[in-house]
Amino acid sequence: MTTKYSYFPGCSLKGIGRAYEESLLPVFRALDVELEELEDWNCCGATAYMAVDEVKACVLASRNLAMAEKLGHKELLAPCSACYLVLNKTKHYLEDSPSVRGVIQKALAEVDMTYSGNTPVRHPLDVMINNVGLDAIKKRVVRPLTGLKVAPYYGCQIVRPYATFDDQHDPQTMDRLMEAIGCTVVHYPLKTRCCGASLTGTLPEPGLLCSKILLEEALKRGADVIATVCPLCQFNLDGYHHNIKKRWGDFRIPTVYFTQLMGLAFGLGERELGLHRGFIPMKPLPALAPAAVGT
Amino acid sequence: MSNEWQPRIVAFFCNWCTYTAADLAGVSRLKYASNTRVIRLMCSGRVDPQFILDALAKGADAVLIGGCHPFDCHYAEGNYKCLRRFQLLKRMLADMGIEPERLRLEWISAAEGEKVKRVINEMTAAVRALGPLGIPQKFAEWDKEMEQFTAHVQAAEALKAPCAEHAPTQEPAHV
Amino acid sequence: MDKPTNQNIRIGFYVCHCGSNIAAMVDCPAVAKYVETLPHVVLSRDYKYMCSDPGQELIQKDIAEHKLTRVVVASCSPLLHEHTFRGAVEAGGLNPFFFHMVNIREHDSWVHTDKAEATTKAKELAHAAIMRVAMHKALEVKRVPVHPDALVIGGGIAGIHAAMTLANAGKKVFLVEREPSIGGHMAKFDKTFPTLDCAACILTPKMSEAGSHPNITLLSYSEVTKLDGYVGNYTVTVKRKPRYIIEDKCTGCQECVANCVYKEAKFPDEFNEGLGKRKPVYIPFPQATPQVVVIDPKTCLNFRNGELTGKCKKSCVTACGEKQAIDFNQKETFLELKVGTVIVTTGFKAFDAKRMPQYGYGKFPNVFTALEIERLVNSSGPTGGHVVLRDGKTEPKSIGIIHCVGSRDKKTNRWCSRVCCMYSLKLAHLLKEHTGAEIYNFYIDMRTPGKGYEEFYDKLLEEGVHFIRGRVGEVTDWAMSKEEMEKGKLVIRVEDTLAGYVRRIPFDMVVLATGLEPQEDAQSIRRMLNMSCGTEGFFLERHPKLAPVSTFTEGIFLAGCCQGPRDIPDSVAQAGAAAEALVLIDKGYIEQEPNTAYILDDECCGCKSCIPLCPYTAITFDAAKKKAVINEALCKGCGTCVAGCPSGSIVQNLFDDEEIFSEIEGVLAHE
Repeated sequence: MTTKYSYFPGCSLKGIGRAYEESLLPVFRALDVELEELEDWNCCGATAYMAVDEVKACVLASRNLAMAEKLGHKELLAPCSACYLVLNKTKHYLEDSPSVRGVIQKALAEVDMTYSGNTPVRHPLDVMINNVGLDAIKKRVVRPLTGLKVAPYYGCQIVRPYATFDDQHDPQTMDRLMEAIGCTVVHYPLKTRCCGASLTGTLPEPGLLCSKILLEEALKRGADVIATVCPLCQFNLDGYHHNIKKRWGDFRIPTVYFTQLMGLAFGLGERELGLHRGFIPMKPLPALAPAAVGT
Repeated sequence: MSNEWQPRIVAFFCNWCTYTAADLAGVSRLKYASNTRVIRLMCSGRVDPQFILDALAKGADAVLIGGCHPFDCHYAEGNYKCLRRFQLLKRMLADMGIEPERLRLEWISAAEGEKVKRVINEMTAAVRALGPLGIPQKFAEWDKEMEQFTAHVQAAEALKAPCAEHAPTQEPAHV
Repeated sequence: MDKPTNQNIRIGFYVCHCGSNIAAMVDCPAVAKYVETLPHVVLSRDYKYMCSDPGQELIQKDIAEHKLTRVVVASCSPLLHEHTFRGAVEAGGLNPFFFHMVNIREHDSWVHTDKAEATTKAKELAHAAIMRVAMHKALEVKRVPVHPDALVIGGGIAGIHAAMTLANAGKKVFLVEREPSIGGHMAKFDKTFPTLDCAACILTPKMSEAGSHPNITLLSYSEVTKLDGYVGNYTVTVKRKPRYIIEDKCTGCQECVANCVYKEAKFPDEFNEGLGKRKPVYIPFPQATPQVVVIDPKTCLNFRNGELTGKCKKSCVTACGEKQAIDFNQKETFLELKVGTVIVTTGFKAFDAKRMPQYGYGKFPNVFTALEIERLVNSSGPTGGHVVLRDGKTEPKSIGIIHCVGSRDKKTNRWCSRVCCMYSLKLAHLLKEHTGAEIYNFYIDMRTPGKGYEEFYDKLLEEGVHFIRGRVGEVTDWAMSKEEMEKGKLVIRVEDTLAGYVRRIPFDMVVLATGLEPQEDAQSIRRMLNMSCGTEGFFLERHPKLAPVSTFTEGIFLAGCCQGPRDIPDSVAQAGAAAEALVLIDKGYIEQEPNTAYILDDECCGCKSCIPLCPYTAITFDAAKKKAVINEALCKGCGTCVAGCPSGSIVQNLFDDEEIFSEIEGVLAHE
């Protein structure tokens, strides 16, 4: 039975985080979940907007929400952590703050749009665990990633401040998902610690230190790969090895999207999943040899 | 108090849960709208639908019933009996053209002073938005209409008086 | 206005200022003046404190002088003082039920902010009471005899103390405890704050005294499953769980334990919080009362999935020998008791530390709960008082104690658990004494209200225990930059709010000061006993100050932590609930509101629709007369049948139709 969600890719999934979308779409297709991309979506309101004028950022986000509501699917999927947070935050403001609600409604009315707050914003992890279910995912696995040691890294935005589908301090959904596709999950105490976020671009020293801490700890825990859910985290952890090496030494470990690992387990090709895009390539493991005959 | 119209809400609270909760609201010094007048009963099961109709007929704009939560009734199941009657009465009030917001049933436990405040405030706002129910005034109008009608009929009959004398003899044939 | 005069109905009205509690928000003289104009009112006064002696005397004097036949007092909640004023009216020579009370404090002056509105409301409520009281009838208080035996549910310190008090006064008491031994949480403690008395030295003599008291029937390993009957006369059903030991025959010699086929104890020991091991046949702890072993069918080889298999060679039976105390065929049995009063002392549940994953309990072996530490420092505990890490041998050199785990936290429990600051101090002292480790307490606020408590805190400061004010963010095994200090340790990350910066402090052992919560089955106990719970789930007392150990049900009392977190001295003091029970038993009867219902024979058409409405089967059908009949003794006065009678032929005393209709008319009469 196919279920359908509205899909808000956001800028990252079309640019720097292209590999996330490239792996997300086939994985959901394999799980009989159909995603319909919003037409004419705009910036979710994150980063600079949020810092300068929060209400205007919410106005931007609300246009996307209004379009999702109009599209008519029950829920909106937002894979990028920043989009997921801003869209949810906007929903909360609409419910709790009459003044923000007023501004948003007025702005939407200018372009003949309305939003009644009925479309929940969901994260792919949430949908995988709570709608698709681990059993259905296990059934879809044709090439279990046995022996691959994964450090599950959630980042900050999907658990703070709204920990809607997982524990705020010790999230577990990705751990369970990785186990379901055959990986070994290492104990990774920094799963919600800061990746350095946009500091890597503005104040490199502290920003890179954050990334270095995460990479170092993952290696220390014996992980082969870090799995992430966020384009910015992936970029920071994957893209700055050279700079980190110059400053603190070599902490080489690949960082990939959880959907890429799922795709591998589902028997999809590395290129198809955008795995060639990473700076640090995943080491070929015996378990990742070509799929067994007959699949 | 301003001279503008104020909603009047009659509330029937059960002794064990909701009345105690209203006491708790008092002890906690919560502030809420002053439009509700509470009548204490031992159990929401004692709420006779006639009480509700009578309150509306005598000028209440709305009626609120407060009882214990399901499973928590001090008398085991009086609250369920109340719920049954409430559901039936709700339909009847709708047939009579009385808005559903004018009758509300809430489960409020002894610990829920906050809920007393919220429910009373919500209900007051809802009734204020609806405006007065004004059944006593309507009764007065209907009485006046009836008087006029009676006067009208009597006047008409007075005109027909001579013919009317023959009427009784014909009556058996119709029966 | 022409007032209808009726020689028989002469109402006196009193509005109380309650100091400024009412008068500040309600214009009391105006209310009195308004009521004076109402029908049948011959006297209307306002007075500073109606519940005071002079206030009550005023009523009595007026009844005589003005020949009052009805009295209305507008003051606080009837749940508080209706009883008081009925007494005053009765003392004045009237039937106490010719009285009605108007609540203009809790329902009016305390909850409104506009004096004009509040005054109008007071007038309308008073108007209703005046109209209602005119309809009142003389009624008689029903006296129900109280069965002299008492039931105490829960054998912790509060329950033991309550049972002992009653038993020493010569009353028969049933003490029901669901564990194999009485003693409760206190039996697990090593020492008690602030005096550092040995807990066992205080408790165990009391336990054995309770166990052997001729007036106490101790039912351990048993649970109350049902409470039937009515106030003063309860029939209690107690489930006796099979312990596979005949209690009367067991002498507590423990030969069976020594000779069990399991040579080594290998199952986690509940009493020691799983830190120690026990055999399938065991005695929970050396001083357990009763001194009777218990067999756990989940671990005993003679059982599989709770079913008897007989596959074990039963060396325990051989060891028991002639005593023949072991009975593998024991089944769950049910016992019926008749009691008049019940004291509920079901205690608390310690907060499950796993609910705060950021502190790593269950994930990092060396994170302990406070109860585990109580067992570790206890010389009769699993390590004989030797404080070691989970590996069973390493002594910790640094220990961090985190306060308020599951207390004062919007995400878990909002309340302060009251005992954690003090027991954390006590544990800090004991741990220091046992290990000489560096000890840090991480607290939000230090709360030490109690005799000698603050002094104890001072003492700890002098002992060199460190105190850091700040709520701990997380406990992690992630060693950051200072590798040599943090490697292999548990690091506490905390904002030191006094120093004003975030700290990382490495520890060998972390102790979580878990808070107190209502027992898991508190809700079902509450329903069974017809009590109420507060927002947080602890049992609710009738009044926090006037009736702190009573419940809304006559004859059912509370003591100890089931009512809210409290320490041992408070629990024991509160077990004076027994005194209240004693008073009731000695009086011999409970007075009941005469609010029962009865049938008007002439009007009952025998439709039987009332019969299924009554949850107490108080209504039966008299086939000869073709009328319904209400058994007054069984009727509890809810009035559900009254509202359901299609012919209006059931009347409820105190709440009859004309009384309520006149009250409705009254609240709406004011223009």
